[in-house]
Amino acid sequence: MAVNTPRQTSHLKREILVRLIKAYLSENFEENTRLIPYDMRPKGSEVPYRCCIYKERAVLRDRAIAGLGTSIEDTDDSVLLSDIAKKAEERVQPEEHPLTVLTTACKGCVPSRIFVTDLCQGCVARPCESACRLKAISVHDGKSHIDPEKCKNCGMCAQVCPYQAIQRIIVPCENACPVGAIAKDDDGHARIDFDKCISCGRCVAACPFGAVHEKSQIIDILKQIKEGKKLVAMVAPALFGQLPCTPKQMKQAIQSLGFADVVEVAQGADITTKNEAAEFKERMAKGDAFMTTSCCAGYNELVDKHIPELKPFRSETKTPAYYTAEIVKKETPDAITVFFSPCVAKKREALQNSNIDYVLNYEELGAWFIAMNVQLSDCEESEFKVESSAEARNFAVTGGVAGAVNALLEEGEKATPVVIDGLDKQAVRDLKKYAKNGKCDLGNLIEIMACTGGCLGGSSTINAYKPALKQLTNYVKESPEIKDVIKD
Amino acid sequence: MEKVSVKVCLGTTCFIMGSANLQELMDIVPERYGDKVDVSGVPCLGLCSADWEFSNAPYVKVGDEIIKEATVEKVLRAINERLESNN
Repeated sequence: MAVNTPRQTSHLKREILVRLIKAYLSENFEENTRLIPYDMRPKGSEVPYRCCIYKERAVLRDRAIAGLGTSIEDTDDSVLLSDIAKKAEERVQPEEHPLTVLTTACKGCVPSRIFVTDLCQGCVARPCESACRLKAISVHDGKSHIDPEKCKNCGMCAQVCPYQAIQRIIVPCENACPVGAIAKDDDGHARIDFDKCISCGRCVAACPFGAVHEKSQIIDILKQIKEGKKLVAMVAPALFGQLPCTPKQMKQAIQSLGFADVVEVAQGADITTKNEAAEFKERMAKGDAFMTTSCCAGYNELVDKHIPELKPFRSETKTPAYYTAEIVKKETPDAITVFFSPCVAKKREALQNSNIDYVLNYEELGAWFIAMNVQLSDCEESEFKVESSAEARNFAVTGGVAGAVNALLEEGEKATPVVIDGLDKQAVRDLKKYAKNGKCDLGNLIEIMACTGGCLGGSSTINAYKPALKQLTNYVKESPEIKDVIKD
Repeated sequence: MEKVSVKVCLGTTCFIMGSANLQELMDIVPERYGDKVDVSGVPCLGLCSADWEFSNAPYVKVGDEIIKEATVEKVLRAINERLESNN
């Protein structure tokens, strides 16, 4: 089951985004942005989450800063929100790292450690004491005690306690991060190490305080529209599982926001499939043990930053977003391309690809529809110029990429897929093992999706996983087979 | 006995503000209450269009009661209350 962002924090994020967009479209962007925390928590209003109204507003201010696409860590508390809005409007390029932590919202959870609860009976057997190789546990005053100086958090004592009285205290963001890129600093607040971060977005989804935020590029995109530029939306297939409308209505709805055209990234996925199938055949012919897919941006950053020894096994084929953007820029050189993304990681990919100008995630798109009062089910239907295949549209679902590649391979040369459904710590260990051993016993085509369930489980999605899958699958079913779409 | 009607707003605003996660009510409610409760997803109830009322979305109607910022738990509680008062 895919992990969804805790609902209340999503509600807050989306409300801020709607208000920011409305502010941008209003007569006075800067002043109306400054007022957002006060509009949301006016004098005398209820204090739903924090200790007092002032803290509520401070957290909302930080959320608005992230919504403006600005780093909270680098913003001084004394700077007015209106000035930050002004700067956001003036910048020419989005900031480099897509994530930022709200120190005001971060509770600074108790450090991750092993803890003896009141359930401890101070028993005679004392398996905890004998299980601890570091001699960190002693029983006195009728209860086990852990010496924090000696304890290395291995958790052996917790495993052997017959009363389950010993527990591991978890810091959700640290626990969720597969690469150890987020940790509490000396003040107890979470900080991201961007040299290690692979932008997979797991921390965003895991934090129950909603303290890890994506920096939005919505203001940059709105500005391009205001300046009369020709914007082309490139929508990844996961979008068609997100909202209550047909794909053709979605196209019309996006155009109504001010986009000149909408193209399916599935168009690029057809090219990715063709190239990847050819590459797979070639690699197997020259005796390679296995090949991994290369379309997930989170996985690509994982390989680049943490498992370089996996590079020779990673497919050289480019991502669907890459091919789609290439086509759009070739056909319309003056187009501003916006990739509509279910995840954080694509913002990093876009940064390394000059053909992708901006990235808009699905929560931001949803907020935009609300701000503009678009009723999706009332939209007319608009046809896509290029028809994409069922297999390409199914890239958004775990197993979809490997399935597409296999659809183009003949009997006898078909791949044995190994599907990594979500990059957790175990998956990272497995991948390191395959790279080190130079082989994978489970198969020869490893498909990696950083998000559980595939792109449909991305941290910036709107719909719950099950209905999203159902909706996208219906679209896939009415699409032509890849063999009929790709013709040489 | 009169059936309790539950209308989950699946209009654009409500859907984005959280009723996407209320779709599971379509499975939970019939399972738990059988034919005592009628649950359905409906197009925009029109409650979000007033000035800033989008911030209270998603909306669900249980009988004639309007639930703001609806969650699965809130809706189930409202159904229980209604069924008790019917008895």
